[in-house]
Amino acid sequence: MYAALWSVLPGPWWVRLLILLVLIAAVLYGLLFYVFPWISQFVNPQEVTVQ
Amino acid sequence: MVGEILITAGVITLLYVVWQLWIGDVIYGAERNAAGNELSQSWAQEFTPETAPETTPSIAPDEPQTPVQVEPVIIAEPADAEQFGVMHIPRFGADYAFPIAGGVSRARTLDPIGIGHYPGTSMPGEVGNFALAAHRTTWGKPFNRIADLHIGDAIVVETQGGWYTYRFRTLEYVTPDEVEVLLPVPQAEGVPAGTKYITLTSCSPMFAMTERIIAYGVFESYTPRDAGPPAALSEEL
Repeated sequence: MYAALWSVLPGPWWVRLLILLVLIAAVLYGLLFYVFPWISQFVNPQEVTVQ
Repeated sequence: MVGEILITAGVITLLYVVWQLWIGDVIYGAERNAAGNELSQSWAQEFTPETAPETTPSIAPDEPQTPVQVEPVIIAEPADAEQFGVMHIPRFGADYAFPIAGGVSRARTLDPIGIGHYPGTSMPGEVGNFALAAHRTTWGKPFNRIADLHIGDAIVVETQGGWYTYRFRTLEYVTPDEVEVLLPVPQAEGVPAGTKYITLTSCSPMFAMTERIIAYGVFESYTPRDAGPPAALSEEL
């Protein structure tokens, strides 16, 4: 999977590395700010009120 | 190929744990704190002495500065998720400023805003019990250090009109169904209210929901906005 991704990327190795780092940053941003907050409402039932 | 997918899934799962226990709180905590400080600053900027309600000090200006007891302004109960106050607790940090909104639903107040006010309980400065709830872990963890409070610590609620200073008295651990902590006199059913209490509820033990931790405080003073922030906010700890 990652080998295929590497061969698909254009340019010399340092351009590929740069593109890869940007891709990783984008994925991390999406996970931290959108995916994880959405998941947490299902897996983390913290209750703080008395009722 | 399958191996790579599985390893990726494992890394993302671990990343989720790191986010849940650490990074997420750093992000949310900073966001909530910034929101609280912004609200606080907007009130300070809106304030002009002309529009301020008249407050008459009970002592002459040339007398020594003993704490002036100003009758607290009682604001109306907020709508659900309506932000009406900012919490300052110097023990939790000098820049600690979490927004307080109406209601204690997780979806509308506790998760997206911060601290929630139990509907039907008193408002700041009002005789009875001003009861609040907030997360102790996750979602920016507003009440994370609730168990670190020392007796006499200032719990200051800022609203548009001024600051309501409460003093922390004691902690209690209860089961989640013990709604008596919200009574006008906490844990005393049928007793008419005579004192102004603040009650903070959060989860206990941390990361669990089997019990609740309750922090009680009593009202000390009200500082109208034209008198500036109360000394309680900058005292040595």
